[in-house]
This record gives sequence, structure tokens and C-alpha cells, in this order.
Amino acid sequence: MSTCSVSKGCFVFKPSPKKRRVSQKTAVHFSEGKNDLEDSELRFYTCQSLWNQIKLETEQIQEDLNKQLLDNLVSFLGRSHSEFQGKTTDWTCRMKSREIPTAALVLGVNVTDHELTFRNLSEALQNITPYIALLEAKDCPGIKNLMQKLMGQLMNCSTDVVSLEDDDYVQVSQNRIRCSMKSVVDWYESVTKKTDSETLSKKRTSSAKHQQSPPVVVIFKDMESFTTKVLQDFIVISSQHIRELPLVLIFGIATSPMIIHSLLPHSVSSLLCIELFQSFSCKEHLSTIIDKLLLTSRFPFKLGEKVLQVLINIFLYHDFSVWNFIRGFQLCIVEHFYSEPLSVLCCQLTDAKKRVNSLSHEQCENVRRLPSFRRYVERQEAEKQIALLTADSFLKETTQKLLEDLHVYHENYVSVLKCLHVFTCSLPKYPLGKQIRELHCACLENRVWETEDYETSLQLARMLNKSDLETMLQQCVEILVSSSGNELDKAVEKLKEFLTQFQKLEAEAFQEQDVSVSSQKELQKKTDLYHLQKTLLELKDSRRSKKLTKFEMLRFEVVDYIDSLVRRYLVPADHKTLHEIVYFNTASVLRGHLNAAPRIALHTALNNPYSYLKNQALKCDSGSISSKAPDICIVYKLHLECGRLINLVDWLEAFSTVVTAVDEPNADAASSDQVDDIIHARFIRAVSELELLGFIKPSKQKTDHVARLTWGGC
Amino acid sequence: MHVQVTDYRNIKMPNLEHPAYPAATLLQLESLVPCRESQVSLLLSIFGERHQFSFPSIFIYGHTSSGKTYVMQTLLSTLQLPHVFVNCVECFTSRLLLEEILMQLQSCSPETEQTSQVHCDTFNDFVRLFKQAVVTQELQDQTLYIVLDRAEQLKEMEANILPAFLRLQELTDRNVTVILLSEIVWELFRPNTGCFEPFTLYFPDYSIGHLQKILSQNHPPEYSADFYSAYINILLGVFYMVCRDLKELQHLAALNFSKYCEPVARGEANERDSRKLWKNIEPHLKKAMQTVYLREISSSQWEHLQHDDEEPGQLKGLSAHTHVELPYYSKFLLIAAYLASYNPVRTDKRFFLKHHGKIRKTNFMKKHEKTSNHLLGPKPFPLDRLLAILYSIVDNRVAPTANIFSQITSLVTLQLLSTVGHNDQLDGPRYKCTVSLDFIRAVARTVNFDIIKYLYDFL
Repeated sequence: MSTCSVSKGCFVFKPSPKKRRVSQKTAVHFSEGKNDLEDSELRFYTCQSLWNQIKLETEQIQEDLNKQLLDNLVSFLGRSHSEFQGKTTDWTCRMKSREIPTAALVLGVNVTDHELTFRNLSEALQNITPYIALLEAKDCPGIKNLMQKLMGQLMNCSTDVVSLEDDDYVQVSQNRIRCSMKSVVDWYESVTKKTDSETLSKKRTSSAKHQQSPPVVVIFKDMESFTTKVLQDFIVISSQHIRELPLVLIFGIATSPMIIHSLLPHSVSSLLCIELFQSFSCKEHLSTIIDKLLLTSRFPFKLGEKVLQVLINIFLYHDFSVWNFIRGFQLCIVEHFYSEPLSVLCCQLTDAKKRVNSLSHEQCENVRRLPSFRRYVERQEAEKQIALLTADSFLKETTQKLLEDLHVYHENYVSVLKCLHVFTCSLPKYPLGKQIRELHCACLENRVWETEDYETSLQLARMLNKSDLETMLQQCVEILVSSSGNELDKAVEKLKEFLTQFQKLEAEAFQEQDVSVSSQKELQKKTDLYHLQKTLLELKDSRRSKKLTKFEMLRFEVVDYIDSLVRRYLVPADHKTLHEIVYFNTASVLRGHLNAAPRIALHTALNNPYSYLKNQALKCDSGSISSKAPDICIVYKLHLECGRLINLVDWLEAFSTVVTAVDEPNADAASSDQVDDIIHARFIRAVSELELLGFIKPSKQKTDHVARLTWGGC
Repeated sequence: MHVQVTDYRNIKMPNLEHPAYPAATLLQLESLVPCRESQVSLLLSIFGERHQFSFPSIFIYGHTSSGKTYVMQTLLSTLQLPHVFVNCVECFTSRLLLEEILMQLQSCSPETEQTSQVHCDTFNDFVRLFKQAVVTQELQDQTLYIVLDRAEQLKEMEANILPAFLRLQELTDRNVTVILLSEIVWELFRPNTGCFEPFTLYFPDYSIGHLQKILSQNHPPEYSADFYSAYINILLGVFYMVCRDLKELQHLAALNFSKYCEPVARGEANERDSRKLWKNIEPHLKKAMQTVYLREISSSQWEHLQHDDEEPGQLKGLSAHTHVELPYYSKFLLIAAYLASYNPVRTDKRFFLKHHGKIRKTNFMKKHEKTSNHLLGPKPFPLDRLLAILYSIVDNRVAPTANIFSQITSLVTLQLLSTVGHNDQLDGPRYKCTVSLDFIRAVARTVNFDIIKYLYDFL
């Protein structure tokens, strides 16, 4: 390899990214152990392209959400040092102590998501300054390491820029750079001087992209994990040089900005000029992701209710990480395309129709095997049933039709779901959930109109006031108009009609008021207690039996209409024929992958070795202990019956009884008295294996005893 | 010996007197170091004349911003004494420190222009190189001063560094004096094995009068000295109780001065209307004490507010954002950790068992438990206890999945929990809960858990 440098030296060549041949290999994995009659290759490519689309979409979403924050930060950086440039003679500037501009960036507890945010951030900052250093606590146990890391990153980025802007090459490979702030300052001076002279010579052509002296940005990714000493020292040192080196710090904070005060004493924090920036909450982010990925007909792939619940539960209960959610979603996609042969049809409708025509006989049989399809067949007439089960061509025709139905169902489903959400999200106590994802889950689970919650929410909806109802209807109309389904045009018209009726009501409202006023007047006339009671009762009776006002009638009508929409369009997906093609429903697989339970897995392995070893000899009911089982399983089962302290001698005796019992059923009584050396050795090994697994530990309380460390079934 | 002859009758007599330096220089020096005349004159008499050997090492200590660094710097540069000034925080290893001294020494003399890289790993090398540097620059006829600012950092370096610096004169056999500046007293420095005792000098804190005098010195050119002095008087009246740091006060003075001038600039008051000006500025300064002084909001934000005449209430300070959003089980883990940290182990049975029976607090507790556990701070607890409490406070069944365990670890990285003792991670890790009662109450409220009912202290 050659360089453009004249001098001798050691140069680093990064390997050029290798051509990706990986996908080929994975494609092979995809079809492994299966005949290619099931279109595994096509499935693989469909899966890939779908995932790529989704990935792009998620990145776009993240970028949009971050935009505000990044813009704020960029403008903060822009103005952070401009104040001091040029007016050094000003009295206030002279008198004020020069603080280090610091941005406290509160990012939320989902630390795994921060990586992406920081990547976006450093991309956005490239427009202002090329000098960015990202520091992580695990790389900086001491101030020395921190300075090394900082200098390494800064000086690398400078060479990058210089070599980009000009062919001139900066020689950084001095054999020993002194890791001190002073060398950073020297380096900065040399670099800026260089660009300055360049800009002068080029008369501000291209390299005037950055301002005269671009700030040096140091990002502390995880503020909480840094040790106090390192941070304090770094801040004290850099405040000494702030006049020569326009430094800007960014603290990535996961908890709350209070951490700054708890990490830094006042003498140090007074050197900083801290401004707070807050990122959007991760829950909001998740809602957007769900809205854009799941509640849309753009992507053919869908998540079943249980699977979605697993993913959402992991998010809400465990990690708050959107990144993990998307990874889980990716796993679902891969798993679906891998395990379901018919997933080849899980693509855009036009493609799917084409693919149906080229289905092999095997695949047609697969279609016939689908439970939802069988249910469909059973509903058909006799001759049609026969045709469906025997003639592939007829089957393909029907499949196309059914797929189209499914597609239409999805389009309508999303719009109507959003409409229903408009009504339910403002009801008191939120019987159907505050978020649309809860409603979505409820609708997927079973017929939502059969649930109690739905009943209560309809009753509450019947009590909505007029203005609320009107705005809701307006929103529904907007949602339905923007949707692509043509079936819903009728619904739009109907809703618009309701709206006009409401407006008419306003005109009639005056008369009604008069009526109520007169009845009130009557009430006021009666002063006698008995009469008053009587009239009140009458009034109540009349109110109960009285036919409803026009508004109430209309309100009932509206709610009934919404109800009819729900009953028609929000049928759970698993009632639909061929839903298996686009819905991924195997939640157990997902749970096993994403929410692993190590204790439970260990317990099953030790308690029931058959589950992993699949050896028929080990198959037994859970109560008894088989002598065929591995030693550690026997020891484990025996120890489950013990208390906190286990006597080793008793344990050994029990072990040898179990082991020898079946081996030599007719052995002498005398020989069982003396434990065989081999059995003894086996026992000791099994016990130490248990100790290694953390079930027991040696105890000093009693001789020849070990302490048990775990309790309960698992 | 050259003797300075000055006509003392024509110039103002300086308080500082020294035969070796011209009176004009001394007078200038005196004006630069207000309120530190006695210390400076003492130092001057220790230094003696330029060629005379001075005390081998001098230890100067005093509180933050009592003018140690500033006085030494002005003293050495005004009198043009050859010196090296090093901040020990910046040179965090002994190698950096020694090399820095040698580098500055090289640039000290005008003769040798080129500053080459010096390599100096041990103090032995340092003594050798130091001797060379002093010879080449012909500094022998003057005392060289090496000032080590923030000398407390030396304690953390190798054990030989501090004693060697104290005896540098003896080790190098050159006319050199080492001056250590520190915020802590000499007694905390003294190594066990004994060392050369430096001459110690204490810089007392500036009194309010001193502060007033020093701060008033630098008045803005647009306004008179009296006007500014009155402002400083008001400023000190508000801030002297909480802050005696000169730098900080100067910063605050500069930040708020424009607000003070506002009535004058608008023509509502003249410079002598001290009462009106006081009424205008006093609430403003009080607000500043609660916000910008504590770094709740940044100085640039404060200036911005001041400029736009907005209420600072709109801008929330850092401590207003205490709320931390946590995943559901993390909240319960944190609550469980808090309970485990602040409840005695024996009380777990009473809180988390269904048929615990009624236990009277007075009979129940031991003598040492009568003091509030909250006063004693959190106690460490094992992982098992944390999980046991977690299982009993969460309503539905919690499976001990890998996610739960990783959540404990992430709580540790968030500094909401802390591990106790690092050696026993596999066997039985122990934790402490580091959050405050207010924080945990806020967290418990979001999951409808009445934590007060479960705390032994509030029984």
C-alpha cells in the first residue's frame, strides 16, 4: 500500500469493508433441511427487503423525533463561544469568569437507545465543528486514560478533515505525544492556524464551511458512570485553558440533571455554564413506532396479539428500550419467514397475487392445511369443498380473492380502530385503555364488542356532551377521509350527516330551554313541602318516561353507528381466513428468545433431564428419582428435599441408595453398608458441580454441612 | 555588588521596602496586590536579594481564592524573577510534572530558542537535566523559583516526589527555591518517614472590607468608582453570607451590574439615588442567589432573562427535573431495595408475611434500632433479600428472568443502587439503595404503592 506522504513513518490502513457475501450464506441457512419446494429462497429475499424497508422507516422516525433536540443543541453550540469572540475589550466580558459551556442532555433510562441518538448527534454536529470526541466511562477509569482517548479522537478527526479538504497531510504520528491539555491546545492552535491560512489563500472557497475557530466538543456518553475524580480533574484542567481552547462539554444523562450536582462540588460546577436539553420520552417514541409500523397497511407483515403483548411487556416492564423493541420485531419477521412456508405470500398485494399463481403443489397443500382455511372450506357447499381440496387452480383463484379480502380488512381495520380510539381515549378512567396500542391488543384478542369494558365505554360515550361529540366526529371524518379504503366512503357520509344534524339542533335548542325554564318556574311557586315533594316525584317520573330530547336521540344514534362500524370492521384477525400468512403468532418462541429465564431453565434441566436429553430411559414421572439420570440431577433432586443446611453424609447415603437400588436390586445388605469408592467420587463431583452452579455453598456453621442457597420450585 | 540608589524624597513611600528592588516597582506591586501587603513583604524578606540563597522550600496555604496563585504570579513577574509556574492538577503524572518544569525552564532564557522534547521519567533524571538547564542558561547568579500550584496533588504521586522537591536546593546544589501552594495545611502533607520542613506561610481569608476594596478596584469605564463601589456594597450584603469566593463574586458582580444600571440608563434615577437603586437590585440579587449562583440555570441564560426582563419562573432549574421515568419492574426493584436498605432484617416477617401477628414496636426493637434508620443511612443487603421482597410486593407473579437481573445491574449503572464490596460478585452480591425518601415516595406513588406503610421508621 502506498501513501501520499514523503516522510517515513508508520501509517494505519483500515481494511476496506468487505463485499457482503454473508447474505448468500444466510439464505442457505434459511432453506437448510427443507426442500426448496417451499420457496425458501424467495422467502428469504422477501424477508430481507421487508426488513430493510422497516429499518429505514424506523431510522426516519427516530431522526424526525430527534430533530428538535438536535437543532437546539446545534444552535447552542453555535452561540456558545461566539459571545467571547471579538469583544475581549468589553468590561463585562473581562470581568466575568469564563465558564465552560455545557449541555446537559437528559436522555432517559433506556441506555441502549442512546447509541443511536449520539450517532445522530455527532452527524449533526459535523456541520459546526469537525472536532468531536465521544467518551465512555468504561474507557476512562483515570484522567490519564481520558486524556489519551480524547487526544486520540481529536487528532484523528483533524487528519480526516485536512486530508479531505486538501492533499496536505498532517503528521500526527509523533512517537510519543504528551498526554496533557497543553498538547491539545498546541494541536488546536496549529490546526486552526493552518485552516486559517488556507482560507486566506483560497479566499474563502470551500473550507469556509466551519467558522473561524470551531469549538471542540467533548461528549460524555454516560455521565453517571464516570468517577467523580476524573470528571472534576478534567473540568478543572480544561477551565484553565478555556481561553485558548473553545471547549464545549455535553453530558449524556440517563436519570435526572440533579446528578451533576451530586457528582460535582460547587467549586467545580461553578466552572460550568450548564444548559439543559431534554429528549422526547421513550414511551412517545414507542407509540410513534407502533403507529407507523403496525397500525398501517404499508407493511404486509403483522404481529399477533400475544406476540405484540410480549414485546410491549418487555418494553414497559423491563427495559424501556425502543431499540430492543425493534430488534424483537425483527426477530418476529425472521422467525415468521423462516418457520411459515406460506409467508412467501406475505408481501404487497400485487406481488402476492402473482406469487399465488406460481405456487407449487406442496405449497397448495400447505394452504389446505391452514386451520383458518379449513374452517373456511367447511363453510362452503359440497362441490365447492371438493374443488378447493382437489383442484390447485381453483384453490389459487380462491386464495387470491381471500388475500384481497384480507388486505381490505386491514385497511378498514386501521381506520376504524383509530376512530374508536378517538372515542375511548377521552372517557373517564379509560375502560379500553389510553393508548391506541391497548385498544389494538384488545381488538386482536377477541371480539371487542363482547367485552365488558367495551360495554362500559359505550355507556360512557352515550353521556358525552355535545361539543366533545362534535369534535370527535370531526376527527373521525378526517381519519376516514385520509384512509385509502373505499368501503368507508359510506361511513364518512353518514358521519357528516350526523354533524349537520348537530348543527341544526343548535337552532332548536332555544325552544327546549324555554320549556325547562317554565317547569322550573312551576317548581319555585310551590312552597308547601308536601306539594314540592309530589311535583319533584312527578318531574322525575316524567323525565324517566319522557321521550328523549333530540340531542339525546341523535347521540344514541351516533354511538350505535360507531358500534355497528366496530362490529363490522374490528373482527379479530384470527377469525379471518388465511391470517396465518401475514400474522406471526408464536409468542412462546419469542418469549424464549427475548425474556430468558435462566433459573427455570436450570431447574427443568436438572429436575427433568428428559426435556433436554430426549432419552427414553429418563422419561419418568416427576415424583420419583430415576437411577439412570445423570448424577447431578439425582443430587439436585435429593437436595430439594433438604432444609437450609444439608448433611453431606446423609446426602451421600441417599445418593448411593438411589444409584445402587436399580443397578443391583438383589445386592447384599452388607455391601450397601460400605459406600463404593466410585460412587463416593461421583457424588463429590456432582456436589461440586452444584456448588459451581450456585445452588449450595460450603458452610462454617456446622461441620460436614453445606448451605442451600435457593428456595422454592424455581 | 550593585547598590540601588533612589531618591526617596520625590516619590510616595511604599509600604513594601526592600533594598534590592526599585521603589517604583515595589509601588506598582503594592497596587496590584491589595490587602496582601504583609504577606508580600514577608516573602520579599525571605527571598532576599537576587543572588542570595533563599529558604529551600516555602509552603503557602489558605482557603480557596485567598490570592495565593495571583500574589505569587504578580510578585514573580513584576519583579522579573526567573521562575517556573506549574499547576499540579494539569500535570497528573510525575512524568508530566517534571517534563513541564524542564520545558518551562528551557523557555525561561532568551538564549536558547528551540524547545526540544525532553524525556524525564524519574526524579534522578530530573535533577540531572535540571542542573544542565541551569548551567546552560547561566541562572546561577539568581535564585530560581519553582511554584507548584495545587500541591495537594503531589500527595497522590510517587512517594519520593514531595520530599525531593522540598530538598531540591540540596539535591541539585543550585540556587533554587520551591514554593508549594495548597488549600490544605502542611500537617496533612507531612510524610511518615519525615522530610525537610518547609517554611509555612498562611494566607488568611479576605474580610468583607478587603473584598469590598478589591472588587471595587475594577470599575467599568462608563461609571464612576463610587457608583460601582456602592453596587459592590449591596452585592456583598446579599452574597457575603453564602459566598466568599472572590472569583465567584466578581463573576456575579459582572452578571448583575447591567440590571443595577438600568434605572440610570433609563433616566429614572441618577447615580446618587442609592435607595432607589437598592430597591431595584435587591430582589434581583436574591433571585440570582437561588438560581444562577447554584448553577441551577446557566449564566448565559440568566443574562438572557435579564435582557428580556422575563420572569425566571418560566425557566426551570436543574433540580426541578427530578422525575426519573423507570420501567415497571425497575420501580418495584428500587422500592424493594429501599425497603431492604432501611428496614431491619427481622422486620421483614412482620411486613411481608400474611399472619405476622401484631408486634408492638417498643418490645420489638432492640436498643440500637431506636434511632431512626433514615438517620443512619442505607444498609447493605444481599440479592436474595431484594428478590424476596420484590416477589412479595408485586401483585402478580414475577418470573425470575434474565431481564430482572439485568435491570438490577442497570439500576447500579444509573447510580440508584450501588454495589457493596466488589470481591464477592458471584457468590452473593450485596447492594445499597442510594435514593432519597422523597424520590422513592414519588416512584411509589406512580405504581400506587404506599411505601410509608412498609417502612419501619414510620410505624
